[in-house]
Amino acid sequence: MHMDVAPNQVVRLVQLGEWEKALQSRAIWECVGCQTCSTRCPKEVDCAGVMDALREASLARGMAAADRYLVVAFQKIFLENIRRNGWLNELELIGQFKADVVLHTGRIPFLFKDAGLAPQLGKRKKLHLIPGKARDRGVVDRIFERCASERKA
Amino acid sequence: MNIGYYPGCALHGSSNDYEQSLRACLSTLDVQLDEMKDWICCGATAAHSLNHKLSLALPARNLAVAERDGFKQLFAPCPLCSMQLLKAKKAVGDERVRKELSEIVEADVRGESEVLNLIQLFEKIGVERIKSAVKAPLKSITAACYYGCLLTRPPDVVHFDDFEQPTSMETLVAALGAKTVEWNYKTECCGAGMTMSNEQIVLELAHKILSNAAEHGANCLVVACPMCHVNLDMKQAAVERRFGKKLGMVVYYLSDLVGLALGLSAEQLGINRHFVTQA
Repeated sequence: MHMDVAPNQVVRLVQLGEWEKALQSRAIWECVGCQTCSTRCPKEVDCAGVMDALREASLARGMAAADRYLVVAFQKIFLENIRRNGWLNELELIGQFKADVVLHTGRIPFLFKDAGLAPQLGKRKKLHLIPGKARDRGVVDRIFERCASERKA
Repeated sequence: MNIGYYPGCALHGSSNDYEQSLRACLSTLDVQLDEMKDWICCGATAAHSLNHKLSLALPARNLAVAERDGFKQLFAPCPLCSMQLLKAKKAVGDERVRKELSEIVEADVRGESEVLNLIQLFEKIGVERIKSAVKAPLKSITAACYYGCLLTRPPDVVHFDDFEQPTSMETLVAALGAKTVEWNYKTECCGAGMTMSNEQIVLELAHKILSNAAEHGANCLVVACPMCHVNLDMKQAAVERRFGKKLGMVVYYLSDLVGLALGLSAEQLGINRHFVTQA
């Protein structure tokens, strides 16, 4: 089992005011956002939306489950990447993600995980060494700034 | 016909085979993709996971720019981009939210452009028209049509097909002369953007999807999503290693099959650039 608490139980924890348990759960970071729970909930609770809100709150309070570090780090690095480039720069994302995980966990082999895919992607012309960037990156940065300050308020 | 085109990051990145397939296939149907000049990333899973406001603002900016540039229709071939654009469009139905987002994104967001996924674009071109343009019926194809999550979910945002038993892709694939199978995993998740950060989930889900398609007699999968293709095609060798069995399931983009039926070659469509290719 990937989730320590099922999506319906996450919602129940919130209803019972057991915030800490919900915010510290592995489940909210194991959730891939497929939206199935929201469409099938007999009470029409938007469980996937609840998961999103809990992730945001969990991160803001420094309560993200430590053993889900990879998921949390990936999402954060992804956002920093698009803030700088306007579009995703895949190679930069992979490099920064790997470096971050190795620095944080000391798992050196993680650096070389899936390294064999690189030449295969290259052969298929799927790697972009000099990727494009969005034309107006200033506005992207300002949008991030406004959305961040909103969150602190 | 010209149509507004929001490529999204994946199609300008490692899913550029999808873009090649779309351009080749659509130009044969006399549809030209007119790419938005100032598009930005929709924020993807990272934004909706970590920052709700940002996950509305980034697609809202794209809607505003598309409207500024006069695009009445916006084709977003990635279902996550498409869903995020539709979510922002729905949010600006509330005038207070619309004003707030317009200030954040420095442009008037009206949310009037029609956002289309790939199946909807083919439907707009016309299934009958595509059927009459078929030059090479796909007699050897028995396809498992795979919708994944976001083409049909959340239904109150995307309003597309039946979210438990969709059939729009089967209708189109049948018009190309191919057979389709009934199977169990057409709307299950492939693990989406967790490819790097939670690989085990992706391998387990991809294994179930690929195996179920094979068990029901399919000789290929058809997708309309760049991430589904990554997890089912690029990661298929890792799935085979993890579960110790050979799958060898070819995964086509929907536009590949339409293109093949219209007489285009695998090379023109970029099918030769997939990881799993016909033996």
